[in-house]
Amino acid sequence: MAQYRRLTVSDVGDVTVVRFVDRKILDELNIQELGQELFQLVEEDNKTRLLLNFQHVEFLSSAALGKLITLDKKVKAHGGRMKLSNIRPEIYEVFAITKLNKLFDIKEDEADALAAF
Amino acid sequence: MAYSMSEIYSNCWSTTLCLPSVRGAGKPFINELLRELSQKGWSAQEIFGVHLAVEEALVNAIKHGNRLDENKQVRVCCRVLPDRLWIEIADEGCGFDPRCVPDCTADENLETPNGRGIMLMRSFMSRVEYSPQGNCVVLEKKREAES
Repeated sequence: MAQYRRLTVSDVGDVTVVRFVDRKILDELNIQELGQELFQLVEEDNKTRLLLNFQHVEFLSSAALGKLITLDKKVKAHGGRMKLSNIRPEIYEVFAITKLNKLFDIKEDEADALAAF
Repeated sequence: MAYSMSEIYSNCWSTTLCLPSVRGAGKPFINELLRELSQKGWSAQEIFGVHLAVEEALVNAIKHGNRLDENKQVRVCCRVLPDRLWIEIADEGCGFDPRCVPDCTADENLETPNGRGIMLMRSFMSRVEYSPQGNCVVLEKKREAES
């Protein structure tokens, strides 16, 4: 498996659990790199059952949301599934305002998300 | 809530600056602004919203307005008053009509990867107003009443 700078990646059964290294996902260059690493998971490492754990994320911008949307499309195109978990209330509000809570399958915590695959 | 002039002067913070049109140019300003708000007792929730809105507005000005043209600058005027934050961000681009930005929450646009910045700015600020040309935006955040 490739090395990642913006992510920590581990396998739990057949689900790939992804955590974010950055607490604040807003720097454009970092977001570019983050997107490339997320897409690489799907397109090169063939990881198509993804759980994105936001436990450490305190802030994210609309550019980061864009990467998640593109990732979701790539996962679906590969016949996979993606879930999000451990989202702080203020970050969840960003998902709710933009109605992305309708697009993404968001679970309370990692155990809930894993059980839902 | 009414404030005396001395209270206003002692609690006021303002800055005017010109930023180059390079990614991340607004970071020192944003950090300074957030520090001021924190020192003045703004809540974490309010600071989160201001951070997000100002970040989105600066990215719009630098990336979409000035198109990362290093010959163009972004002018920022900011005032923190006892009861509100006022900030004006102007770029040297040709502007746009914010009414023409598609509704990112419409079902047909949910999967579009961009176009959410303005909606987030409007959600987290009390007022977001663009100049007629669309290359200058005023953001205002009224401070929540202290409990």
